[in-house]
Amino acid sequence: MEPAVQLRGAVTLLGRFPALAGIDLDVAAGEIVLLRGPNGAGKTTLLRLCAGLLPLARGEGRVLGHDLSDRRQARALRTRVGLLGHATGLYDELTVADNVRFWGRAAGADAADVAAALAGCGLDGRLRDVPVAALSAGQRRRTSLACLVARRPELWLLDEPHAGLDHDGRELLDDLVQRAVDAGATVLLASHDLERAEALAHRVVTLAGGTTGAEPPPGRGRVGPEEVALVP
Amino acid sequence: MFRDAGLVAGKDLRIELRSHVTMQQVFPFAVLVLILFGIALDPDRGFLGRASAGLFWVTVLFCALLAIQRAFTIESADGGRDALRLSGLDPAGIFLGKAAAIAVQLLAIEAVLAVGVVVMYGTEVTGVPLLVATIAAATAGLAAAGTLYGVLAAGLRVRETLLPILLLPVLSPVLIGATEAFEAALGGAATDGWPWLGLLVVFALLYLAFGTLAFGTLLEES
Repeated sequence: MEPAVQLRGAVTLLGRFPALAGIDLDVAAGEIVLLRGPNGAGKTTLLRLCAGLLPLARGEGRVLGHDLSDRRQARALRTRVGLLGHATGLYDELTVADNVRFWGRAAGADAADVAAALAGCGLDGRLRDVPVAALSAGQRRRTSLACLVARRPELWLLDEPHAGLDHDGRELLDDLVQRAVDAGATVLLASHDLERAEALAHRVVTLAGGTTGAEPPPGRGRVGPEEVALVP
Repeated sequence: MFRDAGLVAGKDLRIELRSHVTMQQVFPFAVLVLILFGIALDPDRGFLGRASAGLFWVTVLFCALLAIQRAFTIESADGGRDALRLSGLDPAGIFLGKAAAIAVQLLAIEAVLAVGVVVMYGTEVTGVPLLVATIAAATAGLAAAGTLYGVLAAGLRVRETLLPILLLPVLSPVLIGATEAFEAALGGAATDGWPWLGLLVVFALLYLAFGTLAFGTLLEES
């Protein structure tokens, strides 16, 4: 089966400046891979590259079979991925349900998908009709997560997904991720909450100085300090 | 494309209904500008009546700037621009949806301004068909060009000050055409205004076509 993510010597651009020092990365379909590394290592940039939001300036990259060097294919990829980033992309004036409905329907979700996403993220009660401006940071995060769930992406790109969530929220997130993977999705997450994220991940890839080093495809075992196989 | 346009227009209008920005800020601003023109130019209603077409459309232009800024400010907050790019929405649909939402707001503002002009400036409305057609074509042109330049400026840090500089010269054909057509309609010689209406229709169609084609690139690159 073709890997969900396959990068070889990938370099992207942040404005006019090159970013990521030639990343090699393979993520198999159905795998949960944790990206870790210090601030500025390139985790967020790598996730945005895999979402098709940043251009592939050098190297090779395929995500869900889409060639990242082809702009049309990179744009087409976006409908198949869900990115939970630092910014939520929510509209403050709209209610929780309005936001989830808008972003869900934009990706082709129907009313049942939206209702399921709200319920799955614990937002089907009182919070459903609350304007996003009145939410706490954790509730905003949940709403953003519900928008992602409603889209039913094949590749989940999660940037510090546990940040701002309370204990119940973190449990819920982990459960949603696990259920998505059980349903065939692939997950690439970046987190500083290593204890929780490592418990969730099948593999950990360490980014240092914008590179993963020479990381072989998954399934070939441990290759040194750059990679730790957590699940056989 | 039209499904996406409806989705985006519905979302933008819902945001405006909930935020009351148009109702509580742009409407009072429009009326205030009319009053200030009245005070500054001449309390003599005869002069104001003759200048009312130009004053009406200059006020509409100012209000259009506010509506366009607002339409893209809501997308700039909290990563909305990236979310739009990831959304799966057709860029042409986003363009048409945002332009439609701006047009609806402008039509509401124009209705208020029309009442204001009649009441405050004593303007008599005669050529109603030409007036209505002019409002429709000019509003479509303002919304289409505004949406196109709005997304161009939205990615820049100096967007608040840059947008008027970019947009006002571009909209000058709308100001000229709409003012001429309005003057003809208000003067009772409605036939003289139809060629100007043609200019407005061509302007609107050009920007609608160009925006439909170019919006995706501008959303990506700006």
